[in-house]
Amino acid sequence: MADRLYRAPAAGALRIEPLGDLTAIFDRRSMQTHLVVAPMPEIIAALGDTPCDAGALAERLAAMFDLADAGGDDVAAVLRERLAELAALGLVAAA
Amino acid sequence: MSGVRTLVDLLAGRRDADGLAPRDWDGVIGAARAEALLATLAHRLADAALPPSVAALFADQRAAAAVARAQALWEAEMARRAIAPEGIAFVLLKGTAYAAAGLSCAEGRQIGDLDILVGWHDIGRAEKELIEAGWEWVKSDPYDDAYYREHMHELPPLIHKARDRMIDVHHTILPRTHRVTPDALAMIGDAVVADGGFAVLCPADMACHCAAHLLADGDLQGGLRNLWDFHCLTRDFAAADAGFWGELDARAALHGLRAPVQRAARLARDLYGAALPPGWNRREPRDGWFVRRLLARDDWGRPTHFALQQAFYIRSHWLRMPPVMLAKHLWTKWRKG
Amino acid sequence: MRHSTRIAVGPVQFRIGSDWRAPIDALDRLYAGYPKDMARPADATVRLFAARPWRRWLRPSVHIGGDFIVPDALPLPLSMGLLAAEMGMNLQVALGWRRHMLLHASAVARDGRAVILSGESGSGKSTLAALLGEGAWRLMGDEFTLIEPASGDALGFPRAVSLKNAAIAEMAARVDPARLGPLLAGTPKGDIRHLIPRADAIAAMHEPARPALILFPRFGGAAAIEPMAPGEVFVRLTEASTNYVALGEAGFAALARLVRETPAFGISYPDSAAGMALVEQLWAEAVR
Repeated sequence: MADRLYRAPAAGALRIEPLGDLTAIFDRRSMQTHLVVAPMPEIIAALGDTPCDAGALAERLAAMFDLADAGGDDVAAVLRERLAELAALGLVAAA
Repeated sequence: MSGVRTLVDLLAGRRDADGLAPRDWDGVIGAARAEALLATLAHRLADAALPPSVAALFADQRAAAAVARAQALWEAEMARRAIAPEGIAFVLLKGTAYAAAGLSCAEGRQIGDLDILVGWHDIGRAEKELIEAGWEWVKSDPYDDAYYREHMHELPPLIHKARDRMIDVHHTILPRTHRVTPDALAMIGDAVVADGGFAVLCPADMACHCAAHLLADGDLQGGLRNLWDFHCLTRDFAAADAGFWGELDARAALHGLRAPVQRAARLARDLYGAALPPGWNRREPRDGWFVRRLLARDDWGRPTHFALQQAFYIRSHWLRMPPVMLAKHLWTKWRKG
Repeated sequence: MRHSTRIAVGPVQFRIGSDWRAPIDALDRLYAGYPKDMARPADATVRLFAARPWRRWLRPSVHIGGDFIVPDALPLPLSMGLLAAEMGMNLQVALGWRRHMLLHASAVARDGRAVILSGESGSGKSTLAALLGEGAWRLMGDEFTLIEPASGDALGFPRAVSLKNAAIAEMAARVDPARLGPLLAGTPKGDIRHLIPRADAIAAMHEPARPALILFPRFGGAAAIEPMAPGEVFVRLTEASTNYVALGEAGFAALARLVRETPAFGISYPDSAAGMALVEQLWAEAVR
């Protein structure tokens, strides 16, 4: 079964304010405010210009954050859940 | 002159804002708030000479309306994400449609629920997808629920759990028990695509729906607002298309809505100064009752003419239901208090 | 409406209409010291009305309405008409004001800086603010504090302070009796008396103050100070704001800035003296 592809919001759609341990995100499209913790802001930043699925996202995050091991189904499974949560909030969309 | 009449004159351009004394504004603003027209007035008078506190209030209203508009279009986007991937076609209706299509009546318009039109055959699937995507039924009692499903033109209301906003999914634009039955399939079939990719009714159908909503579906509560929509729609569509009035007449005939559409046009002329083409421009004495009902608002924002309101309330139920059903429905409503 | 009056508090001009004379008279006495501009158009409308015409005289009960109305809200007896008027003023501002971000908070000011006390009814914020306002502080307001989106400044909304139950005696011991409104006994919130802010607070009601400190007071328990992380402060202040969502990005920016730039603490205190001491202590550190 092919993994779902997700797309990041367009440039300028989100306004991001770090607030200590939390990150506040204002979505200019929906006028909604979201309060998230790591790794949500990192995931949004890593989605970039081309749509990707959980596996590809794991590799991008590994490269961005210099992680030792991006492989393994565990990481992809966790990212799949996080992406679904972000989609429910409207912050990312299925590509 | 009363606040509500001054409001209508200001919107129509018959009066200039700088002629108003400072204390006149209380009645105008009070009536405008009660008629959900305050932000519309704020847009209409954006460049007028105003007392400083009124100018500030109007700026607040315009800013708040822009936020509300973005929220409403977002609801449409989230509904699209829920049902479009399943191949369910839907058409935006009313305020959200006006905003999606960038129409002038959308400026400063308060948008409440999201209203969409879906084919009768797709209703079940649409319901399922929306519930999966986080909408849930607004709690109601079994009688109202059954009444809705059997007789109204929409599913019972759904509200989104997280965003706390309602969606109304229609399969016709007037109740199934109504004496008039517009052609919903034709409306869906002839829908057009607005910027941003949403489907909206074609211009003539949009005006028909507006008139139906104003006159055939209600007791004229909030009528000045709906009439303003009708006035802006017809004025803008006619300016873009010389044949518009003819198309509107033909479409209204198809839907069995000629009488309300013609009445809406005459009321837009009488209150907002609409310019009507030949064939539309007659004088009809009974319109006077509608004008009185539409202007029944005092300077403190209270509805006036209680007896007239009741007459229109009964009329609206009469339009929606056969007499035997009406009696049973009103009896049950009265019993429940 | 048969009887009416106009009152300006901070940036808001109210018009209040009533089916009865008594609440209007009570308001006029309470707000006699406030500036009056009878020509200025109203920003907000309050109506005190009888549900049926005969209910003006027969078991008179006051329904609260205006620009905004809460459906199915219970009316108050005419003897509590002043309370109804104050509740009506709160309601219209809470639901309708869009020029500033509204926080359900008290505030006091000194040297152009503000201490904001955020909390629910019963947290003690009103009493603490009122007491501070009788000392070296200017009372900005006990119910709402306004934050200006462009500048980030706090703006006062100094209405008559609603003192409840034990706080009544505490304040009555400290102020000129002429500054207290009538006793409204046995209201849904207990006994209530209104305190008219000091004349200098009323005179300065349009002066902004830059926030210096955000406090979340909790009455009861040993004196304690707990620093609060910005994320938590942000969440609690959105919960304390009636119009945050309606303001869109301007609201987000204003709140993020307020939280970023202003230290915040939870404080608990066993009595007013201890509470005031904690405020003074944290203030001294904040403005050092």
